[in-house]
Amino acid sequence: MIQVVLPAHLKTLARVDGPVQLDVQPPHTIGSVLDALEARYPVLRGTMRDHVTHKRRAFVRFYACEADLSHEPQETALPSAVSEGREPFLVIGAIAGG
Amino acid sequence: MSGVRVLVGTRKGAFVLTSDGKRDNWDVSGPHFAGWEMYHLKGSPADPNRIYASQSSGWFGQTVQRSDDGGKTWEAVGNKFAYEGGAGTHQWYDGTPRPWEFTRVWHFEPSLNDPDTVYAGVQDAALFRSTDGGQNWEEMTGLRKQETGPNWAPGAGGLCLHTIILDPSNPQRMYVAISAAGSFRTDDGGQTWKPINKGLRSEFLPNPTAEIGHCVHHVAMNPSKPGVLFMQKHWDVMRSDDAGESWHEISGNLPTDFGFAIDVHAHEPETLYVVPITSDSQHFVQDGKLRVYRSRSGGNEWEPLTNGLPQSNCYVNVLRDAMSVDSLDPCGVYFGTTGGQVYSSANAGDSWTPIVRDLPSVLSVEVQTLP
Repeated sequence: MIQVVLPAHLKTLARVDGPVQLDVQPPHTIGSVLDALEARYPVLRGTMRDHVTHKRRAFVRFYACEADLSHEPQETALPSAVSEGREPFLVIGAIAGG
Repeated sequence: MSGVRVLVGTRKGAFVLTSDGKRDNWDVSGPHFAGWEMYHLKGSPADPNRIYASQSSGWFGQTVQRSDDGGKTWEAVGNKFAYEGGAGTHQWYDGTPRPWEFTRVWHFEPSLNDPDTVYAGVQDAALFRSTDGGQNWEEMTGLRKQETGPNWAPGAGGLCLHTIILDPSNPQRMYVAISAAGSFRTDDGGQTWKPINKGLRSEFLPNPTAEIGHCVHHVAMNPSKPGVLFMQKHWDVMRSDDAGESWHEISGNLPTDFGFAIDVHAHEPETLYVVPITSDSQHFVQDGKLRVYRSRSGGNEWEPLTNGLPQSNCYVNVLRDAMSVDSLDPCGVYFGTTGGQVYSSANAGDSWTPIVRDLPSVLSVEVQTLP
């Protein structure tokens, strides 16, 4: 199971109050995890990436294992610690503003 | 006994204010969608329990919420607003072409007779329609593909379609207004549109009387006189008696004719309300005094309404969608401020009381008159 941690506003939208456990078919990539997340919670479609192009929204970031994966292609394989469920995949609302 | 429900959108959530027909005591619920920008909420005239709400965030984009029980519970519905066909470009602030890009829904206008049909005015300026209660959205391309579309340019708040008016006497006729393109009308159910800006004068334009480019802030109509329109432009309060074919100024004795909000009395189609704002560089009320101005003569002659409103040290704004009227008798008038107050008048503006004083900055106020 892959563990995904959502920012507060997206947890509210998805009506979850903790990390999300997802059963994702390999290969485990950024895109396949987001696909599975959006399939489980359709309300999240369009909130992290564009509906059509799947381009990441500007103020959303993807972290895992202390690395920023935000600029990696969505075909990028996730670290094995995430793939094996030992570390979470983090969706972050970027710090912006003042 | 009849009552009212006031739907308030703020920069940090939505609030639902309810009262009986006396409009003395209020129940306040919220914040709904706490922390999100709630640009607009509006109920269906055909089913008051059906409410559509625009939930928006610079981080997480657009969500559309729908309530089927008068705002007690909400369900997220479709949020895919895709521009149809070759989207093309409009003009950017510097005059360069810029691809159309969806940002948010500024305004929902539910159909007059079908709760599942609702129109959405969005940024970048386009008109969308859903016929399944907000699950799916389809662009009404006739507006944006109208020949002036590539020349539309944004106002300071973005290139937004903020006003949608449905003609109750003619289901084929609809009006929209866009900052800063102007106002437009369709007479064939949205297939084709034409600019209706003759008579508007905007000194910031190279040609002040150009066909498009006017920064229309809001347009209002009394349903009993659907051919008569009232407009608060960037500067100037305007009136049309021929469904927008021509406009003439009715600013008259207003202390300043800059402003955003404008509305019409529910039962007196020649009674109007505006909230004059100091200027385009000072977006707050003049002289520290919060004054609604009322005209009982269809414009030109205005009286300040101050009873119950702060008359010193007040520097708030009232945004374009933040004023509304109920249809009780006497007519109730409501408005919200950027300072977080929502004021109501149960006597057509003669006196005012705050329903709430300390909400986040108010973006929109809509009123439902309940049976």
